[in-house]
Amino acid sequence: MSEWRLYEVFVRSKHGLNHKHVGSVHAADAEMAMENARDLYTRRNEGVSIWVVPSDTITASASDEKEVLFDPSEDKIYRHASFYELPDEVGHM
Amino acid sequence: MYAQLVETGAKRLKTMEEMSPEEREFQEKVDAETKIEPKNWMPEGYRKTLVRQISQHAHSEVVGMLPEGNWVTRAPTLKRKLQLMAKIQDEAGHGLYLYSAMETLGADRDEEIEKLHQGKAKYSSIFNYPTLNWADMGAVGWLVDGAAIVNQVVLQRTSYGPYSRAMVRICKEESFHQRQGYQILLDMMREGTEEQKAMVQDAINRLWWPSLMMFGPHDDESPNSQQSMAWKIKRKSNDELRQMFIDQTVPQLEFLGCTAPDPDLKFNEETGHYDFGEIDWQEFYDVLKGNGPCNRERINTRKKAIDEGAWVREAAVAYAKKQKQRAQAA
Repeated sequence: MSEWRLYEVFVRSKHGLNHKHVGSVHAADAEMAMENARDLYTRRNEGVSIWVVPSDTITASASDEKEVLFDPSEDKIYRHASFYELPDEVGHM
Repeated sequence: MYAQLVETGAKRLKTMEEMSPEEREFQEKVDAETKIEPKNWMPEGYRKTLVRQISQHAHSEVVGMLPEGNWVTRAPTLKRKLQLMAKIQDEAGHGLYLYSAMETLGADRDEEIEKLHQGKAKYSSIFNYPTLNWADMGAVGWLVDGAAIVNQVVLQRTSYGPYSRAMVRICKEESFHQRQGYQILLDMMREGTEEQKAMVQDAINRLWWPSLMMFGPHDDESPNSQQSMAWKIKRKSNDELRQMFIDQTVPQLEFLGCTAPDPDLKFNEETGHYDFGEIDWQEFYDVLKGNGPCNRERINTRKKAIDEGAWVREAAVAYAKKQKQRAQAA
């Protein structure tokens, strides 16, 4: 089984929404990965569309890079709408 | 926002009977509010219209960085400078969300950008006006982004999935833009000198009408509007959106203690909406044709950015190639 390629599975739960990662499957080729993903992840109407992507084609950020990548946005509170206080009279903006 | 005149290629609307089985199935899906996704069958006219609209929208986000870029080095405080840079960075991000939505339709990003540079593709007329004083940064955030929000909130329900999802993401980020703009003006009106207050009124006087033009010409019975509405690419008419914008903006204008340069602007008790004067359409079409105050400057700046950045792109490719060769050699 481990000789088979690993595929990551993405399911669109409802029309109009993004595909979301749900897990992975092993398969001999993309077509089989699709069949396996369907059987494994959508047995109870979980989706309207599936993507399968070979896992080794995904480049992921390393967990020890977390601070380097994401901390800089923490002190930029002015990127949030709530940073700008407006009087109630102005109404919703 | 920012698609003001989009050609659909339609001469008139087809009836259900005249449609091919594929077209009929497609139209039924649209009518049932099922989103169209990249791999679904779609009429060629639908695909082309979307490429035109989304690329116009993306170009507008990108060109829209320029009037604000003018004030980065001139912002009055470090705080305002950081906020302005964050906003401009968002506009770049919005352009990128939209270009990638456009690419799901098989369009090529470089080709579409080339069309912009050749003057074949449009972007919103609003960005061809200069930003002359610091209050313009407030007025742009409040009025221009405010108009964009009205349009984009409705576009979240557009029929093409990737476009609709890009709009959802963009709308989440836009509220910051409008609030920071309004706060700039509010600060100037509350704490500013007489001269600074006059700058706010001056910015509003210059940007009021061009902001109303952002919604595009009056809706007519033109096949383009009808087709776009039938395909649910467009969800509300230009005039409806413009009225929504005016209705929500005038109370904010009054709260500032400023006025609009429109003697006909008046609340109509009967309709519950504001009446307003006629837009100078000659000016609108002139700007759209390339004869606004800053059209040439905007396109030249974009071209220059691409041309002068060529060495960076070449260096990145050379570096990637070298890394690959090293990895193979090891």
